[in-house]
Amino acid sequence: MDTVNAPKLSRRTFLKLGAATASATAVPPFVARAATPAPPRQPVTATLSMHVNGKPQSLTLDTRTTLLDALREHLHLTGTKKGCDHGQCGACTVIVDGRRINSCLTLAVMHEGAKVTTIEGLGTPQKLHPMQAAFVKHDGYQCGYCTPGQICSAVAVLDEIHDDIPSHVSGSLTTRASVSATEIRERMSGNICRCGAYSNIVEAISEVAGSKA
Amino acid sequence: MKPFTYERATSPASAASAAARQRNTKFIAGGTNLLDLMKLEIEQPEHLIDVNGLDLDTIAATEDGGLRIGALVRNTDLAADARVRRDYGLLTRALVAGASGQLRNKATTAGNLLQRTRCPYFYDTNQACNKRLPGSGCAAIGGFSRSHGIVGVSTSCIATHPSDMAVAMRALDATVETVQPDGKTRRIPIADFHTLPGATPHIENVLAPGELITAVTLPKPPGGTHIYHKVRDRASYAFALISVAAVVQKDGSGRVALGGVAHKPWRVEAAEAALPQGAKTVTATLLAGAQPTGENAFKIPLVERTLSAVLAEARG
Repeated sequence: MDTVNAPKLSRRTFLKLGAATASATAVPPFVARAATPAPPRQPVTATLSMHVNGKPQSLTLDTRTTLLDALREHLHLTGTKKGCDHGQCGACTVIVDGRRINSCLTLAVMHEGAKVTTIEGLGTPQKLHPMQAAFVKHDGYQCGYCTPGQICSAVAVLDEIHDDIPSHVSGSLTTRASVSATEIRERMSGNICRCGAYSNIVEAISEVAGSKA
Repeated sequence: MKPFTYERATSPASAASAAARQRNTKFIAGGTNLLDLMKLEIEQPEHLIDVNGLDLDTIAATEDGGLRIGALVRNTDLAADARVRRDYGLLTRALVAGASGQLRNKATTAGNLLQRTRCPYFYDTNQACNKRLPGSGCAAIGGFSRSHGIVGVSTSCIATHPSDMAVAMRALDATVETVQPDGKTRRIPIADFHTLPGATPHIENVLAPGELITAVTLPKPPGGTHIYHKVRDRASYAFALISVAAVVQKDGSGRVALGGVAHKPWRVEAAEAALPQGAKTVTATLLAGAQPTGENAFKIPLVERTLSAVLAEARG
């Protein structure tokens, strides 16, 4: 490793150093440093085109831009939420080319030509997607922050069961996957709800699954 | 995240040679581990080669009755493949025990093998870590080490390999196929692919700079009962404290590999001869020479009891 950080502490690093304030500025983070500092790297931009909620979009972005930040900060589709930004909470879940993914853990530039569906593309306040309507009916949220990710994930979960993708709780691997509360809970485990609306979320998804069957 | 230049690979061989030519280059496929580490500036590549466009995303039968799994086959697709479910159930069980549905949709076969440890001291750049910064020390030794390794550890590092998939592949005698920067290919038995930490814990496998995984092959189906039992702090979406991957035949013979105990998927072939004698005897050989910390010594009886449960389940 021969790369270098600018020799300053970020606010986050400073806070992490905590009580050791007297010596904090003298303690470097344990990341690789070269003997002679290299010049700071310059941002690199790239252009890409995607279809987002059925609309073609062309963007010129810093290569570092995640799909999540492209949606929120550049296309102003703020329905998709940033929770942990590390793939642990599921708030950023969107559907790309028919599959749910964590939009925080992928670069926008990796999605040239992709078809992206966000919560705004599933339904509208006037014409809710059945999953949105079921979440409202069953009170599948309290604060609502995780809800767009929960709903995008839930829509994809029912497709995954329909497509016979097995899960950790599937009894047999050679019989078709089917809907049950246990299956829904396992398959939704990548979406965290700190308000704890889980039981109502399972009821909402079960209702939509039942009406589809 | 540090700025980086970006290109899309056009062929495996050209990707490998481009990676060897440009300094501090990483391949990116699913990105679910690499981007996480780049955000924390634990990984700081100057150049990314996006391999997603390469034609490495199919699963095909091999001449000897096995399967050749392309490096870019997503974890979801590998787990759902009808041949894998029927003949290599252990692999499907391990895959669906790992991560979340969203992550499995992105994560690839090769990326899963190459994912880095979830040791919290590796992730915290304010802590010493020989894996992140060689020579800086190991904060896990003497720290909170409940989740750490118990066998094959060193005085430099006690991190574990986090993959479930790799544990199943170790039990299934998989082979990793690669292309090198000079265009030559090679086949690496999975037993030789991951390395122990020793004095160089920043080295985690035998890949040369620029070398690109193109596929993982499985030999013909081993038959028997396939069981993957993962023990973790949550019922879902958590890394293993320990895991047991087993293929058990009707006569009681079989194979066993462990996850969550070492810097690599842990298998001791010599221990498997004792399988008909039960979990206690097998575990004694499997974990011989274990060096647990005060906080993770529980993993030794946990392995024995989990293996005992697995063998009971296999007997039916």
